[in-house]
Amino acid sequence: MALLEVKDLKVRVEEREILHGLTLTVNEGEIHAIMGPNGSGKSTLSHVIAGKPGYEVTDGQILFMGEDLLEMAPEERAAKGVFLAFQYPVEIPGVTTMNFLRTALNAQRKARGETELMVPDFLKKVREVSKSLNIPQDMLKRGVNVGFSGGEKKRNEVLQMALFEPSLCILDEMDSGLDIDALRIAADGVNALHSPKRAMVVITHYQRLLNYIVPDFVHVMSKGRVVKSGAKDLALELEESGYAQYEDA
Amino acid sequence: MPAVQETVERVKRIDVDQYRYGFETLIESDKAPKGLSEETVKFISEKKNEPAWMLQWRLEAYRRWLTMTEPTWARVDYPKIDFQDLYYYAAPKPKKTVSSLDEIDPEILKTYEKLGIPLREVAMLEGVEPKPGEEDPARRKIAVDAVFDSVSVATTFKAELKKAGVIFMPISEAIREHPELVQKYLGSVVPTSDNFYATLNSAVFSDGSFVYVPPGVRCPMELSTYFRINERNTGQFERTLIIADKGSYVSYLEGCTAPQRDENQLHAAVVELVAHDDAEIKYSTVQNWYPGNSEGKGGIYNFVTKRGDCRGDRSKISWTQVETGSAITWKYPSCILRGDNSSGEFYSIAISNGFQQVDSGTKMIHLGKNTSSRIISKGIAAGKSQNTYRGLVTAHRKATGARNFTACDSLLIGDKCGAHTVPYIEAKNSSATFEHEATTSKISEDVLFYCIQRGLSQEEAVGLVVNGFVKDVLQQLPMEFAVEAQKLISISLEGSVG
Ligand SMILES: Nc1ncnc2c1ncn2[C@@H]1O[C@H](COP(=O)(O)OP(=O)(O)OP(=O)(O)O)[C@@H](O)[C@H]1O
Ligand SMILES: [Mg+2]
Repeated sequence: MALLEVKDLKVRVEEREILHGLTLTVNEGEIHAIMGPNGSGKSTLSHVIAGKPGYEVTDGQILFMGEDLLEMAPEERAAKGVFLAFQYPVEIPGVTTMNFLRTALNAQRKARGETELMVPDFLKKVREVSKSLNIPQDMLKRGVNVGFSGGEKKRNEVLQMALFEPSLCILDEMDSGLDIDALRIAADGVNALHSPKRAMVVITHYQRLLNYIVPDFVHVMSKGRVVKSGAKDLALELEESGYAQYEDA
Repeated sequence: MPAVQETVERVKRIDVDQYRYGFETLIESDKAPKGLSEETVKFISEKKNEPAWMLQWRLEAYRRWLTMTEPTWARVDYPKIDFQDLYYYAAPKPKKTVSSLDEIDPEILKTYEKLGIPLREVAMLEGVEPKPGEEDPARRKIAVDAVFDSVSVATTFKAELKKAGVIFMPISEAIREHPELVQKYLGSVVPTSDNFYATLNSAVFSDGSFVYVPPGVRCPMELSTYFRINERNTGQFERTLIIADKGSYVSYLEGCTAPQRDENQLHAAVVELVAHDDAEIKYSTVQNWYPGNSEGKGGIYNFVTKRGDCRGDRSKISWTQVETGSAITWKYPSCILRGDNSSGEFYSIAISNGFQQVDSGTKMIHLGKNTSSRIISKGIAAGKSQNTYRGLVTAHRKATGARNFTACDSLLIGDKCGAHTVPYIEAKNSSATFEHEATTSKISEDVLFYCIQRGLSQEEAVGLVVNGFVKDVLQQLPMEFAVEAQKLISISLEGSVG
């Protein structure tokens, strides 16, 4: 079943069109990789899906589980299972990671009409997940991402993903800033979440990540469009030849 | 259930209505004639059965006040107050004097219930026996001296405090029962001639709390007073006097709410603290008065004089305040560091939204040797509000080794509000070390969106980010107040972002 359908999407930022008619379909259980040169609009796409203000959709549509995603408030999208692991996770001083996780999780549960998770259950779950991601407990007592290294910030994104159990995970350059070991740990974390009901969209510049998270499809984005789609091998091809052949597409 | 836990439970139940404390209690009241004159002052004094010296004191203040003019230096703007158009005294009409809570007007009790004050809590009244090995729960208890309008109607915990030798009672009672203490200390920190509003208060103060902690005594519980303004057009003039004798310790909590109404209400309280050698006073406030409606109409005018005198060596006074309400706030809790090695602290969260105007800060006056002070101020401005931090740090010629650290951070939400920092620093000797840091930032859209992407609504996101911003100050509050304060902070920022 189609989880995400982006149809002929046109998006403007400050009067400038960034996405010029982008189409992409992601089915349940699939892993999609999006690659493409800097500035091609990968993050823009992820922001529009997540509902970040400041983007004007001038044409096209986005369906999520058959529903009009663009009609939903961003927090509603989150509660329905859209998760974006940010390329640049922000810092929130004075708000401990633990408090943030609990507040966010309960907000999502409340929006879905579920009860709050009991504190012991919550703690148990956080402990399990953070352990598997090699995140020390005292990091959770610090302000959200405050003073975290680049790699720690990215792992914190995966931690949240694991905790919230979204149905659509968009990972925007989760591999940037990660050393080899951290990359493997984070990728393992992502793979552990792979399920027949859950889909992943992995944005990356490097084929290396795709050795760990093996995609079903690879899409090449250039200048605000998907210009080529293929299987896993496409990533290897790109690594060889670069994006030059798609620049004029 | 232990009292503290119950307080927390109740506070948790505070639902997030716009201004949920906007209700009015229907009680007949006993009013002074409108306007201010020697007759009004005499009426108040008579109502309180005051001794002659007290009336004399009030009259002197009144005559002094007649010669004074309203200060205009603060960054606040409001229509001129007609002091002859106000009532200066209102008391709930007691059916008879009360000796137990059961005899109190059920209307009043209901009001407290709505406010979440556990006045009727049996455990509180009877005291909870500690289980062996457990921390003495008395340490965590809160005594409530409830000020309803201008008269204190109920005082709990009296017996236990008495056992410790702590005097905690309405100041009107203290005037009659402990005249020697009141005469010695009243006006000794904030003299009757101090400033326009303090002088006015001295003439017409209605009631307030009196605390005396004897030498070496650690007050066995947090003392707290809940103020409530409930009488249309009645100026409120609370007077609080707290004395910590040598080597004693006391923590005092003050929290305020007021019913929603259309007319402006004047509040001009005076709080005086005296700490003798090695004594410590911690004074915490959560202020949530009606800030006015969405057009900026109504709301409380809050002109307060709060001052602590670190009179003894090694004494310490710490002010913590969370200011969320009032249409206008004019308030500078200060410390006079008179004793050698004494220290003063000021931790403040001042939130303004809508059309609120806040001009608040502190004064640290270093007089003794090796005195130190610390100022942490967090100002949050939203809506069309103006938020000013005004601080003064001075070191006297003889105050060698004086140290101050000041950090003032302002957070702006939206672009129609303003934050201003006005620090005055004056060192009259070269050995003083004063440090000052100030930042102003706008709440980050990226941070808000990050929170929203994780499922929080815009308002929840703002609440969370702001609570993070003020964390250093929240941590200074007693736990049961911190919970309440957190909620208030979120409530008071509702509608601050479009
Ligand atoms: N707020 C904005 N204002 C103006 N231009 C913007 C804004 N956001 C994005 N853009 C522009 O849109 C284009 C696409 O940016 P986007 O961040 O989506 O690229 P990307 O594919 O994620 O690049 P990278 O690989 O470097 O992360 C860029 O040219 C960028 O400058
Ligand atoms: Mg990008």
